Amino acid sequence: MDFFSSADLITALPLVFLTGWACILLLVAAFAGERQGLLPALSLAGLLATAYLLVSQMGVEAEGFGGMFVTDGFSTFINIVLVLGGVLSIALSYDYLKRMNIAKPEYYVLMLFSMSGMMLMASAADLIVVFLALELLSIPLYVLAAIARPDARSEEAGLKYFLLGAFASGFLVYGIALVYGAAGTTLLSGVVAAATAGLEYPLYMVLGAGLILVGLGFKVAAVPFHMWTPDVYDGSPTSVTAFMAVGAKAAGFAALLRILVAAFPSISEQITPVLYTMCVATLIIGNLLAISQSNVKRMLAYSSISHAGFILMAVVAYGNDAARFDVVSSALFYLLSFTFASFGSWAVVMAVEKGLGRGLEFKDYAGLFRRSPGLAIAMLVFMLSFAGVPPTLGFAGKFYLFRAVLEGGFLWLAIIGVVASLISAYYYLRLVVVMFMQEGEPEVHRESALMVTAGLTAVATVLLFIFSAPLLNWASQALLRIF
Amino acid sequence: MEFLLQPLNVLTFFPILGVVILLFLKEQQNLSRWVALGTSLVTFGISLWVLGLFNASNPGLQLDFEYNWIQAAGWTIKYAMGIDGLSILLVLLTTFLTPIAILSTWHSVEERVRDFMVFFLLLEVGMLGVFLAQDLFLFYIFWEFTLVPMYFLIGIWGGAQRMYAAIKFFLYTMAGSILMLLAILWLGINQGSFHLPTLLELGNIPAQEQFWLFLAFAAAFAIKVPMWPLHSWLPDAHVQAPTAGSVILAGVLLKLGTYGFLRFNLQLFPQAAVQLAPAMATLAVIGIVYGAIVSYSQKDVKKLVAYSSISHLGFVMLGLFALNAQGIEGAILQMVNHGISTGALFLIVGFIYERRHTRELSEFGGLWSIMPVYAVLTLIVSLSSMGLPGLNGFVGEFTILLGAWGAGQNGALGSIWFTVFAALGVILAAVYMLYMFQKMFLGPVTVKANEALKDLTWRELAVMIPLLILIFWIGLYPKPFFALMHPAVEQLVAMLQAGAIQ
Repeated sequence: MDFFSSADLITALPLVFLTGWACILLLVAAFAGERQGLLPALSLAGLLATAYLLVSQMGVEAEGFGGMFVTDGFSTFINIVLVLGGVLSIALSYDYLKRMNIAKPEYYVLMLFSMSGMMLMASAADLIVVFLALELLSIPLYVLAAIARPDARSEEAGLKYFLLGAFASGFLVYGIALVYGAAGTTLLSGVVAAATAGLEYPLYMVLGAGLILVGLGFKVAAVPFHMWTPDVYDGSPTSVTAFMAVGAKAAGFAALLRILVAAFPSISEQITPVLYTMCVATLIIGNLLAISQSNVKRMLAYSSISHAGFILMAVVAYGNDAARFDVVSSALFYLLSFTFASFGSWAVVMAVEKGLGRGLEFKDYAGLFRRSPGLAIAMLVFMLSFAGVPPTLGFAGKFYLFRAVLEGGFLWLAIIGVVASLISAYYYLRLVVVMFMQEGEPEVHRESALMVTAGLTAVATVLLFIFSAPLLNWASQALLRIF
Repeated sequence: MEFLLQPLNVLTFFPILGVVILLFLKEQQNLSRWVALGTSLVTFGISLWVLGLFNASNPGLQLDFEYNWIQAAGWTIKYAMGIDGLSILLVLLTTFLTPIAILSTWHSVEERVRDFMVFFLLLEVGMLGVFLAQDLFLFYIFWEFTLVPMYFLIGIWGGAQRMYAAIKFFLYTMAGSILMLLAILWLGINQGSFHLPTLLELGNIPAQEQFWLFLAFAAAFAIKVPMWPLHSWLPDAHVQAPTAGSVILAGVLLKLGTYGFLRFNLQLFPQAAVQLAPAMATLAVIGIVYGAIVSYSQKDVKKLVAYSSISHLGFVMLGLFALNAQGIEGAILQMVNHGISTGALFLIVGFIYERRHTRELSEFGGLWSIMPVYAVLTLIVSLSSMGLPGLNGFVGEFTILLGAWGAGQNGALGSIWFTVFAALGVILAAVYMLYMFQKMFLGPVTVKANEALKDLTWRELAVMIPLLILIFWIGLYPKPFFALMHPAVEQLVAMLQAGAIQ
C-alpha cells in the first residue's frame, strides 16, 4: 500500500526540505562545538533555499497526501511571509544572543522546527494535520521562550506558554473530535461535502467549530484567550518574542482562514457573531491595556493583540460571498504590513535593551533621536505604520482591511476599528514623544544586524506603500483553494 | 520624467529638494536657514509660474493630470492633481507664508535648526498636496501627512506644555479624519472610483447616503477648521507652538478644513449641503460670537489671537454655507485674509515674546512710546483683522455678510438672523482687538523691563512688509483676487442649485 507518492513530496517540497534541513542541523549542532557562527549561517542558507523553492512554486495549485495537504497561492504567500520572518529573526538573534550570553546552538534548530510547523499550518487541509502542525510549531516555541534559563522570567514565560498552550490544544482536539462526529471525516473537503449533503447533528459541527476557534484564538492571541501574551512576550528573550509575534500569528491566522473559508462557510451564520464578539473584545481590550503600559515590550505585546483584532475584522466577513475574496487578500496584506513593522520595531527594542529584561521602559528611550537619529526615525516609521498613518504600509493595510469589512456590510465594526486605531495612535505617539521630545542618554547597541534590519524594514514600510500595487496584486491572487 | 515635469508636481515636491540638501548638512545653523529660505522662495516662484499658466476665465481644473497609481484588487487609485479657481489662492497663500514663517524663525529657533527646517519644508509639501490632489486617496494621504511634521514642530520646539499639545493636536485631527476615511471607502465601494472629477460626473449619490457621508467628511474638516464645539485643541496647539508654527497653523493648516468643505462637502454632496446649511451656519455663528467673547477674556496675547481664529473662521464657514456666489467668494477671500492678518498677528506676538519672554497682557502697556514702528504695524494689522474698511478683512467679511443676507432672504439659510449675529461678531472683534491694542500700547509704561525694548529690526520689517502690502492691496483693490475664483465659484453654485432641485 502506498502511503504517498513522489508527487506528494514535490507538492510539499519546501516544507519537506526545511524539515529535513532542520534534522541535519540538529546533528550539526551536536558537533558544532565552539563555532558559534556556523548554525545561524547554515539556518539562513536553508531558509534561503526554502524561499527559492517557494518562489518556484508560485502559481502552483495542487494537493497531496490524499487531500490532507494543499499548496495554493494562499499557502505560498503565507509561507513566504513566514520565511521572511524567519530570516529576519535569525539575523536579529546572533549578536543579541551573544550579548545576552544565552547563545546556544539548538536555538536555531528549534526555530527551524517551529517554522516547519508554521508552514504546515498554512498548507494543512485536514483538521488532524492542523493539530499536528500546531504542536510542531508550539513545542519548540515553548522551549525557545525558556531558552534564557536560568533567568527566572524566561523560565516563567516558557512554563506559562506551555501550560496555557497545552490547554488550548485540548480545546482544539475536542473541537476536531466534535466536527468528526458531525461530518464523519476530518478532511476539510469532506467536511464541506458532508455539510452540503446535510448533517444529522449540525449542532456538533457548530460546537466543534467554536472549540477550534478557541484553540486557534489562543495562538493568535485574541481576547479572551490573550492572557499569556504580555508575560510570555515580556519574559522571553526579545529575539524569540520577535519570532513568535509574527510567526505564530501568521500561522494561526492561516489555519483560521483556511478552516473557516474552506470548511465552514455553511455555518457562518452561527460563527460570525462569535467572531464579531471576539474581534471587538480584542480591539478594545488590547488597545486599552496597551495605553497603561510603561514597558515598551509589554506595550508592543498588547499592540500585537490589537493587531490580531484588526486581522479578525477581516475574518468576521468571511461568510459574505461577495467579500470573501477581499477578506483573504486584505488579511494577507495586513499580515505582511504587520510583519515589516513588527520586526523593525523589535530590532529597535533589541538595540536599546541593556541586558535581559533591562532597558525596556519608556524612559530608556528618552533622547533616542539625539543619540541615534536613524533608529529613532525608523521607530517613528514603525509606530506610524502600526497606527495606520500614511505614508506607510500599515495605512495601506488598514485601508484594504476596512474595505473588506465595509464590503461585508459591517459598518459598525468598521467604526469600532476606526476608534481602536485612534486609541492605538495615542500609545504609539507616546513612544514617539519620548524618543524625540524628551532629553535623555539612552544606551544604544549599534550592532550591524539590528541597524540593517531596522533600516531595511523602515525603508520597505514606506517604499512598499508608494509602490504597493504589485504586492497587493500578489495578495489578491493568493487564492485559497475552495473545495 | 513626464511625471516629474508636471508643473503641479514640480510645485508640490520642490521643497523635498531642500529637505535632501538639509539632510547632508550637519549643525551648520545659518546654512540650514538659508537653504530652507531659498527653497521656499523658489517654491513661491514656481507657484507664480503656475499662476502665469493659469487661465482665470476657465472654471474647470487646469494643469491637471492623472496617472494610474495603484491598480489592484479591482480598484484603480489614481495619482491625480489639478488646480482651479477654488484652490489657486490657497496654494499661493501657502507658498507665500512659508518663506515668511521661515524668515521669522531666524533667531527664535536656535536648537536643532536643521531638523526644524526639514519638518517645515515637509509640511509645505503636505499642504500643497492637499490643495492640489484630485483623488480622494491621494488627498487623504497628504491630509494625514501634514499631521506628522506639525506634530514635531509643536512637540520639539514648542512651549512648556508642548508634548501634551502635540499629542492632542494629532489625536483630535486623526479622530475626524478616520471617519472621513470610512466615507472615502464607501465612495470607492459604491461609486467605484476615488477620482474626484469622475465622482462628480457620476453624481447621483442617494440623499440618505449623502447625509451620512457629508457628516463623515464634515467630522474631519470641522475639527481642522475648527468649528465650535470641536475647537479645544486649537488654543493648546497655538499657544505651545513656536511662532513660525503658529503662523502656518493659523495661516494655512486651518484652511485645509474650510477648503475641504468647499472642495468635497459642497461638490460631492450638494443635497446634503443644502439640507444641512442652516445647521452648519448655526455652528458657524456660535463660533463667531463664542470665539470673540473668549478672546476678550484672555490674559495671554497669543491665546487671544488663537481664539480670534475661531471667530474669523466662523465667518468663513458662514460664507461657504450661504451656498451662493457672494458668500463663497467672500469665504475664499476671507481664508486668504485670515491667513495674512492672523499670520501677521502671531508674528507680532512672536516679536515681543522674543524680547520679553512673556505674553501676559498685564506685563505690557505704553509700548507705543518705546517701539513706535512696532506699534504702528500692530495697529494696522489689528484694524485689518477687525475688518476696517480699506483693509483686507473688511472686503472678505462684508462680502460674506452680503452673501449670508441673500441666502437668509431667499436661499439656503432661510433666516436673516445668521447675518445679524455674525455682524455682532464684527463689533465684538473690534472690542477685543482694540482692548488688546490699548493694553499693550497705550497709557503709561507700567513695567520697567519694557523701557529698554528695541524697535523692530530690518529682518523683522522684511517679514512684515509683504504682509502689509497684501493687507492694503486686497483692501483697496480686491478685483484681481475675485477674478481668479469667480468662474469656478459660479460653476460650483450652479451645481449646488442643480443638486438642490433634485
